[in-house]
Amino acid sequence: MSQVKGKLVQWVDARFPLFDFWRNHMSGYYAPKNFNIWYFFGSLALLVLVNQLLSGIWLAMSYIPSAEHAFDSVEYIMRDVNFGWLIRYLHSTGASAFFIVIYLHMLRSLLYGSHKRPRELVWIFGMLLYVLLMAEAFMGYLLPWGQMSYWAAQVITSLFGAIPYVGDALATWIRGDYTISGVTLGRFYAIHVVLIPILIIGFVLFHLTALHKVGSNNPDGTEIKKHRDENGHPKDGVPFHPYYTVKDLMGAAVFLILFLAIVFFMPEFGGYFLEHANFQPANPLVTPEHIAPVWYMTPYYAILRAVPDKLLGVLSMFFAIFVWFLLPWLDRSKVRSIRYRGIFTKIALTLFVISFVSLGYLGLISPTPMGTFMARVFAIIYFAYFLLMPIYTKYEKTKPVPERVT
Amino acid sequence: MSDQEIDKGRRQFLITLSSIMGTVGLGFAAVPFLSAWAPSAKTQAAGAPVEVDVSKIPVGGMTVVQWRGKPVWIIHRDSDMLKTLTEQNDKLRDPECKVDQQPEYVEIPDRSIKPEFMVLIGICTHLGCSPTFRPKAGSVDPSWLGGFYCPCHGSKFDFSGRVFRGVPAPINLAVPPYRYLSDNIIQIGVNSKKS
Repeated sequence: MSQVKGKLVQWVDARFPLFDFWRNHMSGYYAPKNFNIWYFFGSLALLVLVNQLLSGIWLAMSYIPSAEHAFDSVEYIMRDVNFGWLIRYLHSTGASAFFIVIYLHMLRSLLYGSHKRPRELVWIFGMLLYVLLMAEAFMGYLLPWGQMSYWAAQVITSLFGAIPYVGDALATWIRGDYTISGVTLGRFYAIHVVLIPILIIGFVLFHLTALHKVGSNNPDGTEIKKHRDENGHPKDGVPFHPYYTVKDLMGAAVFLILFLAIVFFMPEFGGYFLEHANFQPANPLVTPEHIAPVWYMTPYYAILRAVPDKLLGVLSMFFAIFVWFLLPWLDRSKVRSIRYRGIFTKIALTLFVISFVSLGYLGLISPTPMGTFMARVFAIIYFAYFLLMPIYTKYEKTKPVPERVT
Repeated sequence: MSDQEIDKGRRQFLITLSSIMGTVGLGFAAVPFLSAWAPSAKTQAAGAPVEVDVSKIPVGGMTVVQWRGKPVWIIHRDSDMLKTLTEQNDKLRDPECKVDQQPEYVEIPDRSIKPEFMVLIGICTHLGCSPTFRPKAGSVDPSWLGGFYCPCHGSKFDFSGRVFRGVPAPINLAVPPYRYLSDNIIQIGVNSKKS
């Protein structure tokens, strides 16, 4: 900040900590100077969130949440509203982009140990955001009221029916009807456009507040606060603004080129971003030949299908999501970054990424005996990655971590 | 007030009491919000019984009606179809229909009041998809004698909606409550008096 503050600035500062806020979180927030390409995805997630909020508000102006009109109102947006097609494709492509960015953001944490002490709460808030995002995407997918909307919601709400004794009553209570109907659509709409967005914005603030309290990790997994210059600033840090605002703008530009190319030229992305069956209106009496969730849910869906017992399948699926939350306590390594970890972590992480992607593929295709077998193998690797982590991270030989960033 | 000692016990008692009362109050305040999610009067009315004239269903064919938004199948089974019901008990998970998925007034193994008319809720017991009618032998796998096949996750059922072993669906398809109003008219959604 300039030494001589203007009168307006002084007036505001005495009443509202606007400039304090700017200093604490932007111009005076020191981030490690060795951020690489993996560190783009946090700010990109924020960019996609803004895209979803903006396009979502505009969609809500023309969308009608009723079983009679939902499908037609989406077609009305696509054909008759000026640039309605663009606003809808920004929103639907944005949903998939959100998950691509978030999955890479999560992989960054696995690579550099960003979940480790003292960043456990950054991780927990991040995982809550991930779960909220899946709920938001799932409920949003019902709104176009196409065949896949309808039957995916039918399948997922039926999961609650697997709970002994109260399951069926609970599923009916969630749907508000004996099957998915306009009643369900109404409540999913309210949750999708009001409740979850508020929660997501709140948890983004918590996520960032926790991050700025403990400071960012970096690809070396060192603590930059240990070495400070005469002004008390970390020697290995640079102010977030202007250094990383400019870097993130560059990342945003590259991201927007790729994102808009998909929005403009292949918004359905071959049936992966918008599934083909969803271009037919919902019909409660006819099930599509093949039901699969959108790609970002399919790793968990493959785990659900891999287990032969219904209740155990549902429990395995929920545990597969829940186990992420335990990561900071499962990881017992002395070092954070993959650069200084031993061979076991490297092998485990590689196998885990292969399994996660393969499960995602297997969850998309129709079940075959071979596919089910492979899904079981990958599901075991998935759980082994987490549950054996306390052992292989503790006993492997690690390399010495440098004092300063490299 | 200022010269009195703070009565900590009394303060703690009041804090505890008001916390409990506040929690109880929140519980009562939650009732209307939670109840609003249960099926409304209109939704319940839409789940009223449905009548079907079964004489119009061709032999070996089926018809689908909607009851409570669910597909209900009525299959007019011929003698060949009924014969298959006793031929593959070893392949079925629950051939005796021990799991409570049918009203008590239907016969086993045909799971119906009159064997030629099978009434089933056409929703897979795995995850709620609607299975397809595959009456032709060998149309699903080489040993297939006919029945229902779920395209979502590959569950198989015989002509009585009984589930096969080795598929994801855990239990037989459900038989809804129904009764005969006359020789040819079935009412779905109302229980038959036990004969």
